[in-house]
Order: sequence, then structure tokens, then C-alpha cells
Amino acid sequence: MSFYELVQKYREFPVEEFWGKVTDSQVEKIIAQDRLNTLDFLALLSEKAQNYLEPMAQKAHRLTVQNFGKVIFLYTPMYLSNYCANQCAYCGFSALNRMPRKKLSLSQVEEEARLIAATGLRHILILTGESRSKAPISYLKECVKILKKYFSSISIEIYPLETEEYRQLVDAGVDGLTIYQETYDELIYDRVHLKGPKKNYRFRLDAPERGARAGMRSVNIGALLGLGDWRKDAFFTGLHAHYLQNKYLDVEISVSLPRLRSYPGTIKEFKPYCQVNDKELVQFMLALRLFLPRCGITISTREAPDFRDNIIGLGVTKMSAGSVTAVGGRINRGKENNIPQFDILDERSVSEIREMILSKGYQPVFKDWHPIEVEVS
Amino acid sequence: MTDELVIGGKKLTNRLFLGTGKFPSKKMITEALRRSGAQVVTVALRRIDFEAQEENVLNYIPKDCILMPNTSGARNAEEAVRIAEIARAAGCGNWVKIEVISDNKYLLPDNYETVKATEILVKKGFVVLPYMHPDLMVAKRLQEAGAAAVMPLGSPIGSNRGLKTKEMIRILIEEIDLPVIVDAGIGRPSQAAEAMEMGAAAVLVNTAIATADDPPAMAEAFSLAVQAGRKAFLAGPGRIKEFAEASSPLTGFLR
Ligand code: SF4
Repeated sequence: MSFYELVQKYREFPVEEFWGKVTDSQVEKIIAQDRLNTLDFLALLSEKAQNYLEPMAQKAHRLTVQNFGKVIFLYTPMYLSNYCANQCAYCGFSALNRMPRKKLSLSQVEEEARLIAATGLRHILILTGESRSKAPISYLKECVKILKKYFSSISIEIYPLETEEYRQLVDAGVDGLTIYQETYDELIYDRVHLKGPKKNYRFRLDAPERGARAGMRSVNIGALLGLGDWRKDAFFTGLHAHYLQNKYLDVEISVSLPRLRSYPGTIKEFKPYCQVNDKELVQFMLALRLFLPRCGITISTREAPDFRDNIIGLGVTKMSAGSVTAVGGRINRGKENNIPQFDILDERSVSEIREMILSKGYQPVFKDWHPIEVEVS
Repeated sequence: MTDELVIGGKKLTNRLFLGTGKFPSKKMITEALRRSGAQVVTVALRRIDFEAQEENVLNYIPKDCILMPNTSGARNAEEAVRIAEIARAAGCGNWVKIEVISDNKYLLPDNYETVKATEILVKKGFVVLPYMHPDLMVAKRLQEAGAAAVMPLGSPIGSNRGLKTKEMIRILIEEIDLPVIVDAGIGRPSQAAEAMEMGAAAVLVNTAIATADDPPAMAEAFSLAVQAGRKAFLAGPGRIKEFAEASSPLTGFLR
């Protein structure tokens, strides 16, 4: 069964009615269980379950430490290009936005890489706007060739590709794929993606699977929380991760929990479906941890320092640090026209994040992957 | 006479092997090693950052410890072999713990690929310690292939569930002519002692120590438990009787 079929199946499911019937004893029982099924997960996302955040947190803490230890993996994003062929109502890089567009030259890539590597980070996530013509696979491969000198793990967050294209990037040295569905609600998806190839819901939905098939070692998915009903998107995200985990046993599946953020040049009339508050985000994270004890959970610098500090120990396993969301943001620091995709709230440096993690009694991990295609004589 | 365990030509007096993942800080690894006296320590090659001094976990491991890089991250034999070679080329010595895991949900070892990797690496001159499911036939193959020990799991990695595979491990201990080192699943010192009482040659512990409230103290507790279990094994514990021996047996009249 493709994941799309599973989405269809649950689309018919009377979710609201189910949530309306969730009882205290049911939630208590689920928290006590060793294994959760999808409906248990759904129940933990209900409003009723909000009253049980503390016991859920206790258990999530236990499961996270047991499965991952007291460590937080660190990575940082690097924007290669902000050209985009799409018009997403919520994004600063939208083709509708009049803004300076740029793409890093290979020497700029190297310069930026050097600056990042000097902070000690060894895992990098490279991003582009969705423009096949401006940032073609051939360009990405050239970039990866350079980045391999500086980083032990390279992930991509770019436009969705065909399996064969993912395979080319894997061969070039990419080992991780991040791709967000934005929202699993097909109607809202259609509404917020005004124009461009991204309108193809299904092609995007199946992209994580194509990446897994192409040999990606890690696949990171997520919904942009706030575009649609966050509880439903949270459910489908968990369902998706569960599906991938079961089908691609050798791939590390992780989930990001990004909340919709403002950015320079917002289309005025764009209104998020809902605001996800801290309590709700935590509920999603805890429910996910209880449902999928071995799933990675990523929290980016979109979140505020305070919040990030406090969720360590609750389920998060991976964090970005020293993030810049503008193209060539590090080499152009302080210069004009250094326009970010969205605002980040945690602007601390890598070493500050490192210190913070240590002060929480956790170990910051800068390197958790060694590219094994390296031939040793 | 000291009770020594010899692996790959190295004499070991401490039978607690330490894993280094999951610790809250690298300094604590040093402290746990010191408090436990562990001599063999396993490190995932994928976590070693040779370029960054401060981040390099190797700098936190005393020089007199035997480094046993593991192939964590390998999904098949070929990858395990490459990782072992990279580790050796980087100066991590020639011991290697083979860990081939192709399932990210339970992290169970892939015995088939593990045998293949062992065969190749032994030929390349490595001291090979394969992590495995306690399967007798596989253990025999590993022995034939020249493994230096076999490392069956007690229960899934990080589960702290103890010796769920006890009966199978017991069979390995009885049948295999290699040190049997229980790896994974041991959650408490008492379980480590139990494995040692059964005749395990050593135990490898990571999660239970690294995620304890006080990892160095827990490392010491494990070390003591391993010693106690070993002593008990050497002392030859009294046989566990299947049937109670009644003082006035029911069949006593049959004389
Ligand atoms: S979200 Fe991605 S595809 Fe949409 S406008 Fe922004 S960069 Fe382009």
C-alpha cells in the first residue's frame, strides 16, 4: 500500500468524533502501554490528552534517554540558492516576492563551508528554493563534492526528485533527505500552493519514500504546523513516519516539528489556519515519542532559546545550531540584501548551544556519521 | 593465580567492557572508565571526529585502554568491512566489534551479514568480536571464521531488559569454544552478575551506565557485580536441582 492510500483511508475516519470520545482512563491506559497503535497515537493528540502532559513527558523522557542516551545531535542549514519556481503563500522565497535572488558560486560554497566547519559542526543540511533550472542536480553534485571535504554528513532539503535523481545525489555523497509535506490536508495544500510544480501533492508525498529507496540513510519529514489543523497534521506526520519506519527498516526516520513563522515580505492576506502554542507543540512531540520510541525528533532554531532549552530531555534528539536562513548568510553576515527565508528565534552561536546542552547534562554530538564510501588503501 | 581473559593476544583482568555512546558528556566516559577499571572500550567510528580535538572522543579514553571501534551504522557486511578498515587506517588499532544492523526500529543484528563481515575481516588481520543474535549455528560459523569472541545480545540494545535470551546464551557458553561476551540489554548490575555466574567471559554495558543518574558510580557498581559473578562462576555454584529431595521420599519403600 502506498502512503497515499493510507492518507485516503484516514481521511474518511471520523477524527473529531473519535477525539470527542477520548476518556481520561483511556489516556492513562495508553500512557501505561508498552506499545501504541495508530489510534492510541491519535488519542494522545486529543484535547483530552492535554491534561496528561506531565505523565507523557515522564515517559517520553525515559524512552528518549533509553533509546538515544543523553545526547543531542547538532547540524546547521546552509542555503545555496533562493531562486524558486513556486508560489507558496507562506514563504519568503515565493516567486511572487520581489527580492534579490542569488545562488552561491562554488567558491562561495567553499568559503561558507569553511566558516561552518570552523565551528566544529560536521553535519550539514543544504537547502535551495525549488528551482530545477537554477539549482539543477548537476549544480548540487558540484556543491556536494566541495562540502564533502568539510563535513561527514550532508543532507538535502530541496525540490522533490525522482528516485533515480536521488540516487545520483546519494552516489555523490548525500546521505540524508529532508522533505516536508507542509500539510497533509490535500485541500489546504492546494490552496496555499498557489502556483508551480509544488502543487503536485502526491509527488511530494511520495518523495521521502523515493529517497529511502534510493539509498538515503536518513529521511526527515514534517508538516509546517499551522497551515492546517495541527492535530490532524501531527497525526498524519506520525503515521507517515510509522509507515516509512516499517517499510524501510534500514533508514533512520526522523520528524521535524516546525511552526509557521513570519518572514520578510509576507503576503498580507495569508492567514495561518491556526497558531500552535508551546503546550500544543510539546503535546505533539510527546505523543510522537510514545508512539515511535526510536524516531528522531528535530527542533530547529525557529524556536526560541528558552523553549529549546526546556524541551531537552522530552523527546528531541536533533537540533540545528548557528543557523542562517539566507543564501550565503555567513559570508555576507551584516551585509544588505542578506534576506532570510524565515526568521530564526534562537540566534545563539554553535558554542553557546554546545554549552547550553552540556549544562543540561547532555552531550552535544557534532559528528554521528562517517562516510564509508571513502576507500582506504 | 589471576583469572585472565585473553583476547587477540591481550590479557584482560577486568571483564566489564564499556560502551561510550549515550553518555551525558565525554568527560564522564573517562570517569566511568576510571571508576570501573574497564580495560576495553568500544567507540563508534562514526562518532569519532579526528579533526576536532575537543570533540574527539578518543581524547577522553586513557591510552592504556584497549580501543574496540565498532561498525555501528553499517547495514551490510561490505559497509562493516569498510568502517573497520577506516578505523584501522586512522590508528584505532586492529580490534573491531562488528555491528551490522539493518533495522532501525529494534536495532537487531543481522547475523547473516555479520558472518560475512567476520570472514573477511579475520582474513585481513583484525581481531574480530561480532555482535550477534545468540544462535548456535551462527556462533559456530563465527568460530570457524576465526572470530576472537562472540557477543550475543541479552535483549535489544538499550532496552535494559536483562537476559531475555538467557537459555540461548547458556547454550553458546556450553558449546562454543570462544569467549562469550554478553552485549546489549543488560540493565542492572545484578543482571551482569547473572551473566557472569552463567559463565559468560565478559559483559559489555553502555546504556545502563551512560543513562544512570550517576554514570561513574554505576560503572563501578557494574564492575563489582561482574567480579562477583565471575567469582561465583569460578567457585562452582551448587547445582540447581530439578526436583526437591524430600526427607522422607515417596519412593523410599523401593529398597
Ligand atoms: S516553500 Fe519552498 S517552494 Fe515554496 S516558495 Fe518557499 S522556497 Fe519556494
